Amino acid sequence: MLQIRIHGRGGQGVVTAAEMLSIAAFEQGRHAQAFPSFGSERTGAPVVAFCRFDDKEIRLREPVLAPDVLIVQDPTLLHQVDVFQGLKPDGYVLINSSRSLDEIGLADISARFRRERLTHVPATEIARAHLGRPLPNAALLGGFAALSGLVSLQAVSHAIGVKFSGRIAASNIAAAAEAFEFVRQEMQESAHAQAD
Amino acid sequence: MLKQIEGSRAVAEAVALCRPEVICAYPISPQTHIVEGLGELVKAGTLTPCEFINVESEFAAMSVAIGASAAGGRTYTATASQGLLFMCEAVYNASGLGLPIVMTVANRAIGAPINIWNDHSDSMSQRDSGWLQLFAESNQEALDMHIQAFKLGEELSMPVMVCMDGFILTHAYERADMPTQAEVDAFLPPYEPRQVLDPAEPVSIGAMVGPEAFMEVRYLAHAKQTMALERIPQIADEFAQRFGRRSGGLLSSYRCEDAETIVVALGSVVGTLQDAVDEMRDGGRKVGVLGIRSFRPFPLAAVRAALQGAQRVVVLEKSFSVGLGGVLSTDVRLALSGLLLHGYTVVAGLGGRAITKASLIRTLSQAMADQLPPLTFMDLDWGIVNRQLEREKATRRSGPIAENLLRDVGVVASKVH
Repeated sequence: MLQIRIHGRGGQGVVTAAEMLSIAAFEQGRHAQAFPSFGSERTGAPVVAFCRFDDKEIRLREPVLAPDVLIVQDPTLLHQVDVFQGLKPDGYVLINSSRSLDEIGLADISARFRRERLTHVPATEIARAHLGRPLPNAALLGGFAALSGLVSLQAVSHAIGVKFSGRIAASNIAAAAEAFEFVRQEMQESAHAQAD
Repeated sequence: MLKQIEGSRAVAEAVALCRPEVICAYPISPQTHIVEGLGELVKAGTLTPCEFINVESEFAAMSVAIGASAAGGRTYTATASQGLLFMCEAVYNASGLGLPIVMTVANRAIGAPINIWNDHSDSMSQRDSGWLQLFAESNQEALDMHIQAFKLGEELSMPVMVCMDGFILTHAYERADMPTQAEVDAFLPPYEPRQVLDPAEPVSIGAMVGPEAFMEVRYLAHAKQTMALERIPQIADEFAQRFGRRSGGLLSSYRCEDAETIVVALGSVVGTLQDAVDEMRDGGRKVGVLGIRSFRPFPLAAVRAALQGAQRVVVLEKSFSVGLGGVLSTDVRLALSGLLLHGYTVVAGLGGRAITKASLIRTLSQAMADQLPPLTFMDLDWGIVNRQLEREKATRRSGPIAENLLRDVGVVASKVH
């Protein structure tokens, strides 16, 4: 079973991101479960949502305590919340930031976990360019598809189309595609850097 | 058709397939998405003929449901928590009058302290109201149980609550197999009321009954619930034949055959318990899970039969009778009268406290070593409890308990659960 935890702030579409991920996994024939952390959500307050993938029915209903994947929608949370709590040693980390993990003070995280599974994507900037609003959730899912290969960009685009329609769906799909491409290139460069 | 869908939406679509003619509700978390979904289906003309009535309170919701049902309409509503308490008088009237209303209870704690999260205090408070109470373990089962609930309730002319864990199920996206309209129509015949307010054939409903017949009217409600003990498994069988999957019934039994220890529970925690049992079975521990799907009527004989081969029974419940202990436990113990079994009550998950597999395994292991107290509060923070007790001993004006405890905890936003 693969367990994903998404951290963000109220109004950033954290819960919708987890729901879309579950729809993407379902589209690829897997069992998936998404649920919010059930707070009284307020705009700007820290919010957590969870998602699980498996090849059989998911019966577990506890919050995700030891995630395989961590998606951070707002890097300012890094100073407020222990987002890395319970992260598996071989886990994936995707942070919404235009700066690298080292630049945002996460060098120790880079050292503790597998370097090739940690990256960043400027999802807010990408979202602003495509949607005109700083809603980074769909872009992050595109980035996650590139980072992990655990869902395809096609399935993510399908999921966006299930949750949204018309122009909003189209611009979110475009944002996801751009983020996918950004992360793919980042990873190639990082792989080359390591090979050198 | 398989869908990846929110639990509330799945229930809304399933209820719509049952062709309710009147839906009335007042919004309260975590039930709101269900009636919002139904409102959309009515407005879009997908669910027709159906009147969706916005009311000013839960008391009005149940009162409108009573009127609609008495007028011969298939009637649905949904509520949770204080909403259920607010409609309480009318809840008793609906069952006393024998009106087959179906109501979803999206289980949520009752205040004070106010708390929007899940436990079973709300529906448990209506345990003796005369309504049938079915508990869903998953979203698939929740949607299937609603379809069965209309059939069951209308056959008996008794109202049915379908209880599903608030947030944990209502707000979870997961896979659900949604039946077609034709399949549901073949399973659920049109509503044929036993009593109806009809100007062409006038009757009055709701007579005052004195000592001469009150007990008999009450007994008949019990007789009907006793009949439901037979009908619930039959309806589940018929459902399985038509829809190709098992949902509902009186109980769910998981790895209980040779189990020395059996955990009894209600609702979605049964899934987490099944995972815990698999892990413990891998370690050679003989343990199983018994899910109670029909809490009212309570299947005394079936529970006894399922548990009598075990040495030890642990009842894990998200409800609590202050001053006594377990609520479900009391019923389970009645089912086990005369059997020499070790019995434990574990109260867990109140007000949304996460029930983790790790805590379950630790607690069950203690029970299996017979080291568990008869009544345990799983993952209780004794530190803040004892601090408050000391505060009350030291100072007369010790202040409000909830605020004191929140101050002690530090109300951290950084915790995941």
